[in-house]
Amino acid sequence: MKPIITVSLKSVTFCLGAALLAVALGGAPSALAADSIGLVKTSSGAVSINRDGQKVDAAAGAKLYQSDQVVTGNDGAVGMTFIDNSRLSLGANSALALERFRFNTTTHEGEFISSVQKGTLAAVSGKIAKQTPEAMKVRTPSAILGVRGTKFLVSVEK
Amino acid sequence: MTLKNFLYTGALAVTLSGCAGDMFVVLPHEDGSVGSVVVHQNGKDTVLDKANSAVKAGDSKTFTLASKDIEQRFGRALTGLPPAARSYTLYFKEGTVTLEDGSAPVMEEMRKDVASRKAGEIMVIGHTDRVGTLTNNDLLAYGRAVAVSDLLIAGGINRDTVIIAGRGEREPIVATDDEVEEPRNRRVEISVR
Repeated sequence: MKPIITVSLKSVTFCLGAALLAVALGGAPSALAADSIGLVKTSSGAVSINRDGQKVDAAAGAKLYQSDQVVTGNDGAVGMTFIDNSRLSLGANSALALERFRFNTTTHEGEFISSVQKGTLAAVSGKIAKQTPEAMKVRTPSAILGVRGTKFLVSVEK
Repeated sequence: MTLKNFLYTGALAVTLSGCAGDMFVVLPHEDGSVGSVVVHQNGKDTVLDKANSAVKAGDSKTFTLASKDIEQRFGRALTGLPPAARSYTLYFKEGTVTLEDGSAPVMEEMRKDVASRKAGEIMVIGHTDRVGTLTNNDLLAYGRAVAVSDLLIAGGINRDTVIIAGRGEREPIVATDDEVEEPRNRRVEISVR
């Protein structure tokens, strides 16, 4: 039984990871990077950004920061661009955590780790993934995607 | 089976069913080229590198997702995807931050593009050729980007929408040996998104 226990524990930890992260994002006064990492470009229906436990405006032009969680409702959709030219968008009933983002505009070194907690994501990678394959990662409750420069889709059902 | 094992096994079943609907798909770029994504799950790696190739959570078998299924599942997300960034290039006189003649039409086209985008932004990126040291070229590249951003702001572009960057000699249009003059590499790229 031991191997099964190990596997199940890992899977449970993995699937719970996103939810725990959401709690951490909501509760802790996390150290935010001072600079914005991107902008909301399209926003329709119910869309909100959770930042430090507060809901902030997610209209077109709203700034995005590391540790933000972007959430859409039943009729929601949102499109975002990031400073490395990567592009992300969410369909309805979706939640995405922008866990970690850093990008050196001179060397193009950096990393972009986000987590799809539920719903649908469409994405096109940018300069971070072009410079360093798999430096852009998308986590879901069941998997980790390493992005090697492409357009891709992720759906997570809850 | 002990109670503990029973609980763990139950948690595994719930976990697997909870993840069962997850799906990962690679799409071609606008120009038809296809990159790749590696899906790491349960200690296994699955590479998706063909147009519309997909894999489901808990499975390593890839398949081609039909266009209608892509539209049905991802249509709303895809509609919201912002348009790709577009680059405009301005050239400089050697070792200076002075624009070559004939830059005005490029500036005008760029200006129209940024105005047509929702929450449009401009990234001004300076580049140099390989004459001089890496450090000096980083400074020169940044200086060129500042010069162009000053021009843009003086011309009415909102300062808050402009980001300045210098790439130095790292991203030549024409590859050369070190210390070789190459006018086509002495440029500022304006990336509009």
